[in-house]
Amino acid sequence: MLAALLVMALGAVVLGAVLGFAAVKFRVEGDPLTEKIDAILPQTQCGQCGFPGCKPYAAAMAKGEADINQCPPGGDEGIRKLADLLGREYKPLSAEHGVEKPKALAVIDEQRCIGCTLCIQACPVDAIVGAAKQMHTVIAVQCTGCELCVPVCPVDCIDMVPVAENITTWKWKYPVVAIKPVTTH
Amino acid sequence: MQLFDFNGGVTPDYHKEASTQSPIAVSPAPTFLVIPLHQSIGGTPRPLVSAGDRVLKGQRIGAADGDMSSAIHASTSGHVVAVEMRRMPHPSGLSALCVVIKADGRDEWIARQSFDYRSHTAAETRDYLRDAGVVGLGGAVFPTHLKMSPGKGDKLDTLIINGAECEPFITCDDLLMRERAEAIIQGVVILRDLLAAGRVLVGIEDNKPQAVAAMTAAVQAGGHQDMAVVAVPTRYPAGGAKQLIRVLTGIEVPHGKRSTDYGVQCFNVGTAHAIHEAINLGQPLISRIVTVAGNVAAPRNYEVLLGTSMEALLTQSQPLPDTDRLIMGGPMMGVSLPSKDVPVVKATNCILAGSKKLFPPPPPEMPCIRCGECATACPADLQPFELYWFSRAKIFGKAQEYHLFDCIECGCCSYVCPSHIPLVDYYRFAKSEIWANESEKAAADQAREQYEFRQLREAREAQEKAARLAARTAAGRAAATNALAVASDATSDATPAAAPVAKSATTPATEPAQTPSPQAALIAAALERARAQQVQPANTTNLTPEQQAEIAAIEARRAQIRAQAHPHLPPDD
Ligand code: SF4
Ligand code: SF4
Ligand code: SF4
Ligand code: SF4
Repeated sequence: MLAALLVMALGAVVLGAVLGFAAVKFRVEGDPLTEKIDAILPQTQCGQCGFPGCKPYAAAMAKGEADINQCPPGGDEGIRKLADLLGREYKPLSAEHGVEKPKALAVIDEQRCIGCTLCIQACPVDAIVGAAKQMHTVIAVQCTGCELCVPVCPVDCIDMVPVAENITTWKWKYPVVAIKPVTTH
Repeated sequence: MQLFDFNGGVTPDYHKEASTQSPIAVSPAPTFLVIPLHQSIGGTPRPLVSAGDRVLKGQRIGAADGDMSSAIHASTSGHVVAVEMRRMPHPSGLSALCVVIKADGRDEWIARQSFDYRSHTAAETRDYLRDAGVVGLGGAVFPTHLKMSPGKGDKLDTLIINGAECEPFITCDDLLMRERAEAIIQGVVILRDLLAAGRVLVGIEDNKPQAVAAMTAAVQAGGHQDMAVVAVPTRYPAGGAKQLIRVLTGIEVPHGKRSTDYGVQCFNVGTAHAIHEAINLGQPLISRIVTVAGNVAAPRNYEVLLGTSMEALLTQSQPLPDTDRLIMGGPMMGVSLPSKDVPVVKATNCILAGSKKLFPPPPPEMPCIRCGECATACPADLQPFELYWFSRAKIFGKAQEYHLFDCIECGCCSYVCPSHIPLVDYYRFAKSEIWANESEKAAADQAREQYEFRQLREAREAQEKAARLAARTAAGRAAATNALAVASDATSDATPAAAPVAKSATTPATEPAQTPSPQAALIAAALERARAQQVQPANTTNLTPEQQAEIAAIEARRAQIRAQAHPHLPPDD
C-alpha cells in the first residue's frame, strides 16, 4: 500500500517536473490570435493587403486595425474563414486591394536575364536563385506567385504563368445531381 | 481451416464465365507504344532516353524518383520517337509525360540475368525490385519494394496471397492462376523468404474452382508444407486487402493501423508472378494480363505489352456497335475513361466496354432516407450516409472524423442505396478536395517558413553591418579619446566600451559638433577618415578646358542640391 502510494507520488512529482519543463521549453511565442489568423492567410506574402506580408496583416486584424477583406490571394473563401474566426460580418473582397486570380508562378526568361539580382532582393520567400551577372531562375515549388519580382526586373524578363491542372493536381468534380434522366445521342 | 467473416459486402452478378472460356491470348506488339512515366503510386520517374535513342525490350527508360517510386521499361525493342505529353488512362483525360517508341518488330531483349536474392542483402533486393518496376498489380499499383520490409520484429506471421478477384467481369487473376500457377508459386517462395513469413495463405474465391485446383497442385508439386490454398466464400469485396486478411486470419486491422503491425502482409497473385519474372528470369515488368469484357463479342484475357493502345486491344475482342463508354477496372470500382486513345498501364486489370443496355443509366438521385442499408453493406464498417452528408455539404473535417479515408471506394453502399445516390462520387470528390487543401496548406506553411527565415536573415544582416561599422570606428575612437585625454583632463567618458558605439557610428553627421566632447572628436575623426579615403577619380586628369567647365557646373549643381536636401550637413569638400 505504502509502496503504491510512493510510486504514485513519485510519478506525480516527475510528471509535474516534466510538464513544468515543457511549459517553459516549448512556450508558444507570440499572440495566439495572430497565429490563428496567419494560419488562414495564404502566405503569398504579396503585400496587396497594404501590409509588408501576411503576418503583419494578421497582427493588424488581431488588433482590430484592419478589415478582413483585404487579401486578394485568399479570395472569397479566405474572407469567409476570417469572418468565422473573428466573428465578423462577411464582406466581399475590397476592390481597392485587388482581385482574386488563379494561381500563377513566376518564370524567368533565361535568355533575357542579365543577372542584376533585383528580383532576388524582391522575392519575399527566397524562391529565386542566381548570382550577380549569372542567369537567375525560379524554384517553382517555392514560388508563391506574389508578383513582386515582376516590376523590379529592368529587362522585363519575368512572366507570371498560370498553373495548369495536371494528373496529380486534378480533382474529382462535385457530383452533378440529375433532376431527371436525360437521353443523349 | 477455420474461416472468418467480414461485415457487409454485396453479391452482384459476376459475369465472369464469358471471358474465361478461352486461354490467355498474346496481344500482338503494336507499331507504336506510348509508355507513361508515371504508372504507380509515388514520384514520377525521370526519363533516361530521348528521341532518336534505340531501346531494347526490357531496357530501363525511366529511373525511379527516389525510393517512393518505381522504374519504367521499354516493352519492346525499337526507337524512341518522342518523350512528350500524351493523354493518360485517367478519368480527367489529362496528359502526362510518356516515352513513345516505334517498334522495330525484332522484339530484342536486353541481356537477362536472374538475381540471386539469397546472396544479396534485403536492401539490395528491394532496390532491384524498384529498378525492375514491380508494383502491385491488383489495381492499386503500390511499389512492391516498399512492402518488402517485415513489420514489427523481423518476421511476418502470415503472408497472404490475394487471388480472390471479387469484382464482376474481371478474370485476369483467375486465368493467370489457371495457366501459370507454378510461376506464381515461385514468386510466392521469394516473397516468403524475403519477408521471413511463418506461413503462406493463398485466398481464392470459391467461384474459381479451376484456379484453386491449379494453385493447390502447384503448391503440392513444390512440396511447400507452409503454404495453403484456401477457397473463400464468394462475396464482394472479399478481395479487399483488409477483408481477405479478416476472412483468412480473423484479424481486424483497426483504423490507423497497418496489417504488418499484426504480422500480416498481403500481395496480389499477379504481383507474385511479376516478382518471379523479375528475380528468376531477369525480366522487368513490361506486360500484364488484361481482361477485355462487357459489351464485346469475344470477351477474353490478353497478355498485353504496357503502352499498347486500349483501342487496339479492344478491337481484338470486337466491341459491339452500341458501345458508348470505356471503363478501366470493373463496374464497381472502375473509372470511366474519356477516350479510347490511351495506353494500357500497370494499373489496367480490365477494360470494360459499356452500353446503355449493359449499364442502364441510374434512376434519378433521391434524398437520403437514412435507411441505413449502406451502413449494413459497408465492408469497412463506416457510416456511408454520414460520409455522404458531410461530403455533400463540404464539411470535410467531419467527413474525416468519420474516417472517410478508410473508405476503399468499393461501391457497396451505392449499390444498395434505395435512393440511387452515387455515394462513391461524393467520397472521391471529398477526398480529392481534402488532398488539395492539404497540399495547399503544406505550400503555405513552407512559404511562411521561408518568409520568416528571410526576415530573420535580413535582421541579422543589418545587425552584422552595424557591428562591422562599429568595429571600424573602434580604432578611430581609441585615437580620438587619446587625443582628448591629452587636450583636457576629462576622463568621464573616456572608456571606449561606455560610449554608445553604434549610435556614433551610424549617425555621425546628424549631430553637429558643438562642444569638444569625446563624441564630437569621434565624429571629426570619422569624417577625416572618410575624406582621406576619397580617392581622386582617375578620369579627372588631363582634361580639356570645356570638360573642366562642365565638371565645375555639375559640381555647382550638386552642391546646390546637397544644400537643399541636407541643410544641416557640412559642405562635402
Ligand atoms: S494580400 Fe498578400 S501579403 Fe497580404 S495577407 Fe494576402 S497573401 Fe499575405
Ligand atoms: S519568384 Fe517572384 S512571384 Fe514567385 S515568390 Fe518570388 S517574388 Fe513572388
Ligand atoms: S442507403 Fe442511401 S438512402 Fe439509405 S441511408 Fe444510405 S445513403 Fe441514405
Ligand atoms: S464505398 Fe466506402 S463507404 Fe461505401 S461501402 Fe465501400 S467502403 Fe463503405
